[in-house]
Amino acid sequence: MGKNATLKKSNELSSTQGGLKSVNTSNDEFQIKKDVLEKIYDSMAKARMLEERLIKMYKQSDGYFWIGGPGEEAFNIPLGMLLKKGQGKDYDYLHLHYRSSAILLAMGAQPVDSLRQMKNTALDPYSGGRNFSNHYSVYDWNVIPVASTIETQYQTAIGTAIAQKRHGGDGITIVNGGDAGTAEGDFASCLVWASRPANPLPMLIIVTNNGFGISTPSQGQHGEKTIADRAKAFGIQSKVVNGNDVEESYFAIKEAMDYIRKERKPYFIESQVSRLFGHSSASGANFVSGEVDCLNEFEKRLVAQKVMTESQMKKIKADYEKEFLALAQQVKTEPMPDPSTIYDYTYWNQKGKYW
Amino acid sequence: MATMVQAIRMALHYGEKHLGVKDIFGEDVGPPLGGVFTATQGLETTWNSPLDERGIIGAAMGIAYAGDRCVAEIQFCDYIYNTIDLLKLAGNACWSSHGDWSVPLTVMTPVGSGIRGSIYHSHSFDATMTHIPGWKIVMPSNPLDAYGLMISCIEDPNPCMYLKPKALLRVRGEEGIPGEPPLTKEGQKQLSQMIDAPLGDRSQWKAKWPEGLTNYAIPLGKGKIVREGTQLTVVSYGRTLPVCKKAADDLAQSHGIDVEVIDLRTLWPYDWELIKESILKTRKVIYVNEDTEVTNFGEHLIRRTVEELFYELEARPKLLAGAFTPGIGLADPLEMASVPQLNHVKDAMIEVSQETA
Repeated sequence: MGKNATLKKSNELSSTQGGLKSVNTSNDEFQIKKDVLEKIYDSMAKARMLEERLIKMYKQSDGYFWIGGPGEEAFNIPLGMLLKKGQGKDYDYLHLHYRSSAILLAMGAQPVDSLRQMKNTALDPYSGGRNFSNHYSVYDWNVIPVASTIETQYQTAIGTAIAQKRHGGDGITIVNGGDAGTAEGDFASCLVWASRPANPLPMLIIVTNNGFGISTPSQGQHGEKTIADRAKAFGIQSKVVNGNDVEESYFAIKEAMDYIRKERKPYFIESQVSRLFGHSSASGANFVSGEVDCLNEFEKRLVAQKVMTESQMKKIKADYEKEFLALAQQVKTEPMPDPSTIYDYTYWNQKGKYW
Repeated sequence: MATMVQAIRMALHYGEKHLGVKDIFGEDVGPPLGGVFTATQGLETTWNSPLDERGIIGAAMGIAYAGDRCVAEIQFCDYIYNTIDLLKLAGNACWSSHGDWSVPLTVMTPVGSGIRGSIYHSHSFDATMTHIPGWKIVMPSNPLDAYGLMISCIEDPNPCMYLKPKALLRVRGEEGIPGEPPLTKEGQKQLSQMIDAPLGDRSQWKAKWPEGLTNYAIPLGKGKIVREGTQLTVVSYGRTLPVCKKAADDLAQSHGIDVEVIDLRTLWPYDWELIKESILKTRKVIYVNEDTEVTNFGEHLIRRTVEELFYELEARPKLLAGAFTPGIGLADPLEMASVPQLNHVKDAMIEVSQETA
């Protein structure tokens, strides 16, 4: 099956209620080159092993809370690979939510830093031990501080896109969040501001639809046929993507980014994904059966298409598991934040109590 | 002798010409209106936003994240309350990222009573805003300070909340702004012709800005003694500051009471050294503002006064603030009874000055 056929299936999906079944089957030939597939697999395995290690750390009392994105790797790894990484308006700004570890890893983030944030050590580069797991902040890569406030990232994204539109170039603003959060007014705000005829904005607006808002199924959260339909009402190009399918996600993201970089207009993707370990540690963080596991699906296809062998993939996962266990043990020996630093950085470059 | 709103406009002009301000925006901020109080008429970087306060604050944060300077307006502070969590995010972005990101933005919003604004055009915001760490918060009481505080807010690398006392926006100051026309009636008229948009069709109108405007700045965190005295310290800001000054002048004549009046100017971080020094001199203090009296910012100042200066005091510290009511009623007697007026301030000054330890 060629790329066009893949996209056709994607379009068919967008006209239905969706669902979380894989579109491409093991028999479908890949359109992505072998070396890229191997890189994607390595990153997906790394992301999954990292999340599983974070969950274990939480369960071993090496962290107070876990929330993350296992089940979103097939969409988030291609996203992290395809975006334009750097600092400033010529590069992509990322307004992310807390299920985005795979995006950061694909960009080159160090796994040990995620473990540091889980353990809230002083060396946590994202928050200095102040914030929950998977709450990233990387100035050098335009990663805006991730906040626990659902959907506010759709508001701040407006601003970087305004600045980029004025600046020119091909840098874009990328925002993601879950389906339940679209009930917040901030989501509607984002669609309004992104699509004003006076100043359409270069934004990739993503909703990862896992079918739940914490414990409440989507039927109790929102009733539109697809979330992408809401974007259509604003004249925003949109697509529903099977986020469990690496290749479909890859090409959909690329198509969207190419459009935004060239047209300087918004594009909306609803990525239908799985939530493999529940909402967070608050709901147990145990593996949820019955959902499509994008890593398993990818492995089956990689084997069927003779891109990688089962033993190769097992070794990759085992190596990461071993590496992250060692890193977790290392992190346990690292210093905790000094209580005297609680006022530091209330203001820019400020340290100590200031009043 | 500019009015406060003209001073703000000139500071914004200086900001967009010399300090890198690229966006001045909000509801009706751009042409043709130039702001409901005319604070943004004639500026080059203004534009009208959707009627969406959360979008305005979010956009301002994003613009700041991208490294551009902006001044966003919420048309009345009565409508800023639905943005509180975004204000908290702006205030904690630097802290929560352990110094990784700064959010250099200025939000300005008209506050307080004085225009018979009824329930939803009379709110104050200083009590709520001073509960949100990470911001610098200012409120001027005269045009010169309005200019200098705006310059400082624009230049500051942190989020700044600029509270505009709407009752004073049309009031002229006694001190000139560097670069404005002569402080004469003719100078006033000349300035108005230069920078006030005409009534009617404004499509062809362009402001002619005074050429000598400067980066005159009031340092954030620095208050000012506007009247020296020896018997009682009164700390205020915004609309109630000139009320306190007049009350002090009147009582000096009528009762021989010598009141020192401090204009706080920056509410956070505030000039505690100035307050402390004054209290150590007078031994008595009243804090005056018009936000509602329960969990009022003045209550924090009283707490600090008691904790640090209790044994230096010769009278109970007093807070004179707005009544703790759900709103300010429209009828003249209702508004006058809801927020401190001249007679209330005088009564409080007499009461505290006559109290003995």
